[in-house]
Amino acid sequence: MAKDIKQLKVSAIRNGTVIDHIPANNLFKVINILGLDHIDNQITFGTNLESKRLGSKGIVKISDKYFVDEEINRIALAAPEAKLNIIREYHVEEKKEVIVPDQFSGIVKCVNPKCITNSEDVKPKFRVISKKEVSLKCHYCEKITDQEHMVFI
Amino acid sequence: MRNRSLISINDYSKEEILRVLDLAGEFEQNPSQDILRGKVIATLFFEPSTRTRLSFESAVNRLGGKIIGFTDSSSSSATKGESLKDTIKTVSNYSDLIVMRHPIEGSARYASEVGMVPIVNAGDGANQHPTQTLLDLYSIRKTQGTLNNLNLFIVGDLKYGRTVHSLLMGMAHFNATFWFISPKELRIPNEYKLYLDQRGLKYHEHTDFRDIAGEADIIYMTRVQKERFSDPIEYEKTRSAYVLKSTMLEGTKSNLKILHPLPRVNEISTDVDDHDKAYYFTQALNGVYTRQAIISLILGLKN
Repeated sequence: MAKDIKQLKVSAIRNGTVIDHIPANNLFKVINILGLDHIDNQITFGTNLESKRLGSKGIVKISDKYFVDEEINRIALAAPEAKLNIIREYHVEEKKEVIVPDQFSGIVKCVNPKCITNSEDVKPKFRVISKKEVSLKCHYCEKITDQEHMVFI
Repeated sequence: MRNRSLISINDYSKEEILRVLDLAGEFEQNPSQDILRGKVIATLFFEPSTRTRLSFESAVNRLGGKIIGFTDSSSSSATKGESLKDTIKTVSNYSDLIVMRHPIEGSARYASEVGMVPIVNAGDGANQHPTQTLLDLYSIRKTQGTLNNLNLFIVGDLKYGRTVHSLLMGMAHFNATFWFISPKELRIPNEYKLYLDQRGLKYHEHTDFRDIAGEADIIYMTRVQKERFSDPIEYEKTRSAYVLKSTMLEGTKSNLKILHPLPRVNEISTDVDDHDKAYYFTQALNGVYTRQAIISLILGLKN
């Protein structure tokens, strides 16, 4: 019974992608990173939902939209534990996890206040030097930005 | 190396580094050649650095090239609010190669992406200064006859000193043993120790080198700046441990040479200057040959 009620909180979609297990406080970052605020597809989302693993989580359901891996992996910094369900005709056709990519651009700021990306109109670019505890090396100033100091754009 | 910018010492492989050093040796034998005739080199110094700029300009002049540029940002359009991108794009039209010094870190890499001609980084904030590293390597090889398996002492500000970080990366190709000597506040950052660990290289950390100087093949001195210390009393107390005096050179190896990227303030006592182990002024001269080599390789005038 409880399970049924939970499922009703965000209604099911017929075709598309469900992104689950997003930390609640990063839900809007994920929406932003994927550019969901600029597309015409039907989108439903819920936030501050109960989650055993995350405490409180967010979920997004995007109708008639499938992502390529490079696209979806961009959310890895904001939602490293996110799970993707690929839905066709109301059925979960495939489950996927996000993978931290080798390079990033335009998602987080460089931690170094003296970096060119923080002083001119230059898109930040990073090489991922550690994936477990994510740490990023700036393509420009070569300084390291670690998970603790990541600020999303 | 032809047409490629030089932004970070890691832009060059070990073989490319050695090619620069070999060619610098040729320029030392024959420093005045007319190979840059008809070429225009821009020297854009958004912050003043007399020594580096004059060294580049001397290198270009001895090769018959022409120089355009500015010596600090007050005499450029940067003060009118022009972006770095616009400055670089414009100057690309007027020159064959741009030498650039800028206070913002990463500015040189960015310039190399927006400019149409190769960029040589002459220092971008606390980040990189690769031509300094190449002249340091040239000086080490010249005085030791080799770059391999040396004991390299690096003394002073190891936390903020960009010459230190680039030198470490450059010498990591040659199986050096590193001896880091610094006050606790200015220790070598962990990321550089990790860099050496990953390559299986040995290093030691000390706060004083008076008892261990006998191990050194090269002592690379750097400036300990007062403003790096939160407590001025602590600075005064620790400073003396990082000042090299000629008495400290007793009992050191006969091949030992003292290097310093200059400018020196007081970290090498002037009584060392006439010692046959002092090499820092010749090191500065080597900068001209090294920069001649770098410029002529990038412009494809030498292979």
